[in-house]
Amino acid sequence: MTGSAGPPAADLPADGSPSATSSAATATSPVTAAATSGANGEGMLDGELLLRAEHVTKYFPVRKGVLLQREVARVHAVDDVSIELRAGETLGLVGESGCGKSTLARCIARLYPLTSGTVVFEGQDISRLSRRKLRPVRRELQMVFQDPYASLNPRKRVGAIISNPLRIHRRGNRKQIKQRVAELLELVGLSPEHINRYPHEFSGGQRQRIGVARALALRPRLIIADEPVSALDVSIRAQVINLLDDLQDELHLTYIFIAHDLGVVRHVSDRIAVMYLGKIVEVSPGEELYKRPIHPYTEALLSAVPIPDPDLATERQQIVLEGDVPSPITPPSGCRFHPRCRYATEICTQQEPPLVEHGTGGHLAACHHPLDGGAAE
Amino acid sequence: MSAEPLLEVRDLKVSFRTEDGVIPAVDGVSLSLSEGETLGIVGESGSGKSVTMMSVMRLINDPNAHFEGEVVYKGRDLMKLTRDQIREIRGSGIAMIFQDPMTSLNPVYRIGWQIAEQIRAHEPISKQAAHARAIELLTAVGIPHAAQRVNDYPHQFSGGMRQRVMIAMAISCHPDILIADEPTTALDVTIQAQILSLIRKLRDDFGTAVVLITHDMGVVADLADRIAVMYAGRIVEQGDRRDVFYDAQHPYTWGLLGSIARLDRPKPRRLSTIPGLPPSLLRLPEGCAFGPRCAHRFDRCDERPALLAKVGEGHLDACHLDIERKKELRETTIHPELIEEAK
Repeated sequence: MTGSAGPPAADLPADGSPSATSSAATATSPVTAAATSGANGEGMLDGELLLRAEHVTKYFPVRKGVLLQREVARVHAVDDVSIELRAGETLGLVGESGCGKSTLARCIARLYPLTSGTVVFEGQDISRLSRRKLRPVRRELQMVFQDPYASLNPRKRVGAIISNPLRIHRRGNRKQIKQRVAELLELVGLSPEHINRYPHEFSGGQRQRIGVARALALRPRLIIADEPVSALDVSIRAQVINLLDDLQDELHLTYIFIAHDLGVVRHVSDRIAVMYLGKIVEVSPGEELYKRPIHPYTEALLSAVPIPDPDLATERQQIVLEGDVPSPITPPSGCRFHPRCRYATEICTQQEPPLVEHGTGGHLAACHHPLDGGAAE
Repeated sequence: MSAEPLLEVRDLKVSFRTEDGVIPAVDGVSLSLSEGETLGIVGESGSGKSVTMMSVMRLINDPNAHFEGEVVYKGRDLMKLTRDQIREIRGSGIAMIFQDPMTSLNPVYRIGWQIAEQIRAHEPISKQAAHARAIELLTAVGIPHAAQRVNDYPHQFSGGMRQRVMIAMAISCHPDILIADEPTTALDVTIQAQILSLIRKLRDDFGTAVVLITHDMGVVADLADRIAVMYAGRIVEQGDRRDVFYDAQHPYTWGLLGSIARLDRPKPRRLSTIPGLPPSLLRLPEGCAFGPRCAHRFDRCDERPALLAKVGEGHLDACHLDIERKKELRETTIHPELIEEAK
C-alpha cells in the first residue's frame, strides 16, 4: 500500500501544482485565523492547537489487469484539504456519501496512509509514522464508527470488546481492567451487568454506546465519530447525541463529528466544515452557517433537512439538488459543484474558487457566486 | 373524503411464536386509506409498522406467524385469498418499495430485465414492448440516459438511483396503492429530498394512494394527509397531519416531535429525548405500553387505554391524561428551547 502511494505523491506537483498551491496558500492562513478568533470568542475552548492537517490528499488507485495491475485511474477521495482543530472543540464535518468526509477522518486517524500532506497531532507529525510509533498516538485518538451492527465483533462479549484496547496497550492487570470496563459501561449509560452479553443482545442505540465506551477506554483526547447516529432511530439519536455532549463536558474531549445531516451536527458542533467531492467548500462557526450560508451547496444541504412542521414545510421553497455526486475519478473542472449548482456560470466551469474568508467571523467559503453577495475581499 | 375506503385494515393482529414465547408484533391495528390519500405510519424500530404493511401484502410466510383480522381491498378480504389470487393484486393493485434498495434488486440481472419481468408477469405483452416500457418508467422516475442505463446492473447504480429503480418497478403496473417502507432511511438527506419529491409527483400525476412508513416525523410533515403513530404494536395516535403536528395528544408523539434536531428553531441547549428503550414485546408492561417511559404517568395508566376520538372527529389517541392538562405538559416536551428562553 505504501509503495503504491509513493508515485502519485511524487508526480502530484506535475498535474496539480499551479491551482492547488495558490488556493492552498490563500486557504491555510484564514483557516488558522478562523480557529483563533473562534477560540477567543468562546471562553470554554481550551484553545490549544490539538491537530493541524495540511494539504491532506488521498487518491485511491483504480487498477486493471490480472497480473500487471496497471493503474488506470485515480479516485480523488480527498484533495488538498487543510483543517485545524483546537482542544475542547467539536468540528462537524458534513457532506453527502462519497464526498470524502470519512476518508479525511481515516487519513487523520492514520487508518489510511496519506497520498500527500501532513497531519500534526499534539505537535508531532504523524503522517509518516510507522505502525509501532503510531501506537502511543492511537491512545489519544480514537474512532466511533457508523454501523453499530458491523463495528462490534458478534462473537466477542461486551467485556472483551471494551477491554481489548486496554489489553493491547497493557493498561493494568486483569482486575483493574475489569473495573475500568464496568466504569466505562456506567459512563455511557449501560449497566455493568451487561459485561458478559453479546452484541446481538443489544439494540442499535445500546450498541453505539458500546462503541463509544470502547473508544473512551484509553482516555483519548480526540474522538472521531464517523456518522455515529445515522443508523439510529430519531428518538435514540437524540439520546446518543446528548451522551456525546455530556462526555465532552465531563472528559474534556475534542470531537470530529461526521454526518450527512446538518440538523444533527448543529447540536454538537462549535465549527462546521462542509465537504463536496474531496474539497472543503465552506467552514464556519456553528450557528453562523445556519443563519448565513455562503456556498450554494450548503444552502441546498440546509434545504434538504426535513422540517417537522407541516405549514413551514409546505411554505418553504425546497431546493432539490439534481442528480448524484459526480464520480471522484474524473471530478468536474473548475468548481466541482458547478454541474449541480443553480448559480453556475462560465467562470465556475473553468476556475477553481479558492477558500477565502467572508466577513470577519472566521467564515470561509470557496465560491465564485457567494450567497452573501460577494463580501469576499 | 369518499365514503368507501380503498383499503381497510380491521383489527389486525399478527403474532409470532418463538422459543421464548409469543410475540404480539401487531396488536389490533385498524387503518383505512382512501383513493389518492397519503397515510404516514410513524414509529420506532420494532413498533410493528413494517409488519402491519407486510401482512397487508401477505408477504410474511413464516410458519410461526399467526394472523387475525381483516384487510379489505376493493371489497375482498386479502387475508382469505389464495396465493395465486394475492399474486395478482401484488404489483398491479398494491405495490411496495423497501428500505434497502441494495438488497431488493437482484445483482445478477440487468435493471431492464428485472422491470420487464415484473410487467410481463401481470400483462400479456411482448418482450420488446416490456423493455420499451422499462425505459419509459426509468425516464419517468428521473434516471438520465434511461435507454442506456436500462442495460446496466444494479451495482452500477448509486443508492438513490436504485431506490428510483425500485419505484419504477413499483409503479410499472399502475397500482392503486404504493406502500413505501422507510424508502429514504438508507439515503443521504439530499437524495432523500429527491426521492420524496418523486413520490409526491407520482402521487399527484397518477392519483396513487401512498402509505409512507418512517421513523422520522420530518419526512411525513409535508407529504402525508393523515398520520398514524405506532408504539409496541399498537396505534397510539391517529389523525390529520395538522392535528398530529399541532395538537398532538399522546406523550409518545410529543417525544418524537421533541427529539428531532430542528433547523427552523433556535438551538436548544440539549435535545429532549424519550428516556429508555422500546419495551420487549415478550414482556409488555400491563396497561399503557408507553407507561414506563412516560414522564406523565399516573395511576390510571396501569389500565390499558383505548384508542378513542376525544378531541375531535378523526383524531384518535390512546392516553388517559386529561385534555386540558395535556396542553400544558405538551409544550415543555416538544419545545424545550422555548422553556429555556422563558427562564
